[in-house]
Amino acid sequence: MIRKIVNGVQEATEGVKDDMTFMLGGFGLCGIPENAIAELVRKNIKGLTCISNNAGVDDFGLGLLLQQKQIKKMVSSYVGENDEFERQMLSGELDVELIPQGTLAERCRAAQGGFPAFYTPAGYGTEVAEGKETREFNGKMYILEEAFKADFAFVKAWKGDEAGNLIFKGTARNFNPCMCGAAKITVAEVEEIVPAGTLDPDHIHIPGIFVQRIFEGKNYEKRIEQRTVRKR
Amino acid sequence: MLDKNGIAKRIAKELEDGYFVNLGIGIPTLVANYIPDGIAVEFQSENGVLGMGPFPYEGEEDADIINAGKQTITTMPGASFFDSATSFNMIRGQHVDLTILGAMEVAENGDIANWKIPGMMVKGMGGAMDLVASAENIIVAMMHTNRAGASKLLSKCSLPLTGVKCVKKVVTNLAVLSITEDGFKLLERAPGVSVEEIEKATEGKLIIEGNVPEMVLD
Repeated sequence: MIRKIVNGVQEATEGVKDDMTFMLGGFGLCGIPENAIAELVRKNIKGLTCISNNAGVDDFGLGLLLQQKQIKKMVSSYVGENDEFERQMLSGELDVELIPQGTLAERCRAAQGGFPAFYTPAGYGTEVAEGKETREFNGKMYILEEAFKADFAFVKAWKGDEAGNLIFKGTARNFNPCMCGAAKITVAEVEEIVPAGTLDPDHIHIPGIFVQRIFEGKNYEKRIEQRTVRKR
Repeated sequence: MLDKNGIAKRIAKELEDGYFVNLGIGIPTLVANYIPDGIAVEFQSENGVLGMGPFPYEGEEDADIINAGKQTITTMPGASFFDSATSFNMIRGQHVDLTILGAMEVAENGDIANWKIPGMMVKGMGGAMDLVASAENIIVAMMHTNRAGASKLLSKCSLPLTGVKCVKKVVTNLAVLSITEDGFKLLERAPGVSVEEIEKATEGKLIIEGNVPEMVLD
């Protein structure tokens, strides 16, 4: 067994520097790498490019990095619910690349799987297609999208083991599995680490080969953005 | 004239037994409240769940189980969770039968704009571009006119496009219309709404053939 376990978030984030490109898992505030984000805030590194479906809210998630003006560029599909983000974008302080959600997921997975690029119909005929190669297959038009290149991927899983095998829970899975192995170094934080051999190999969502560093996170807040309930 | 729930109720009549359906945020979400009796449909949410159920009972919310609108939800028997790439394989691969979404503008050729107002609102397209580029059956749920009273059914969209020539049907507070080679074909009028009112509220080309029936909602 090859051990991937590291001693907490500081060791897990060793090597992060100014001007790097990071992938961060999560959909809204669901399944975000809370511990890694807190450590990036503490380290206060700047000029970051962040690939993440959303940009957090004003006081949580990637919103914390935005507040300290650590992010130079965001690559996302949807960035509502964040006033500071909107302010920085409209003032030109923050560079923003908005791309279709499925394209975002697939550009991660292409990087994970060694594909340099792929064709997708999403965005054909819109400003997303501007400057991109297009091609017709079976009478339908597609645009060529390239795999992402990133220095670190920060993902959050529910359970993991010493070998870096991961299991996700509910819709907190989202982009996290697509980002594993899609950057030079993948850092996984989990709610619980168990000894190798504890997890059933049949139940592993992401094999440890896609993960370089794993640690047990602390104090997960797991904020809910839209609490919707019904009466009994 | 219909309210938002009325629009949802009318669209629910388009559901067929065995359909997998993706519902956008806003009016489309309400469609889930009006599934016709005797048919089975499953709702897909692009953040990674198939078989979405109603909102949880108070105290049973789980931060790890949400829909694409970031609302806490529950799951139905037979539900599944999956990653974002798999989710969009369901969409791009046309395994989802019907997509219902909102729009700011729809053009008579089926173009749709719903993600950006330059200089004013830029929230992003989310999954909408993947959905409209891929789905075979797309229904738009929206009000016929905007807050300023201007038509949202146009000869040509003025806002940045989300997709081209993709919308098949539009259900508004005033009418049901299909997109044809020649423009918007008026299929049904909302209760109490005249053809003249619909004509007045439609900037794009409107095709009216014979007597246009009133919607049947119940």
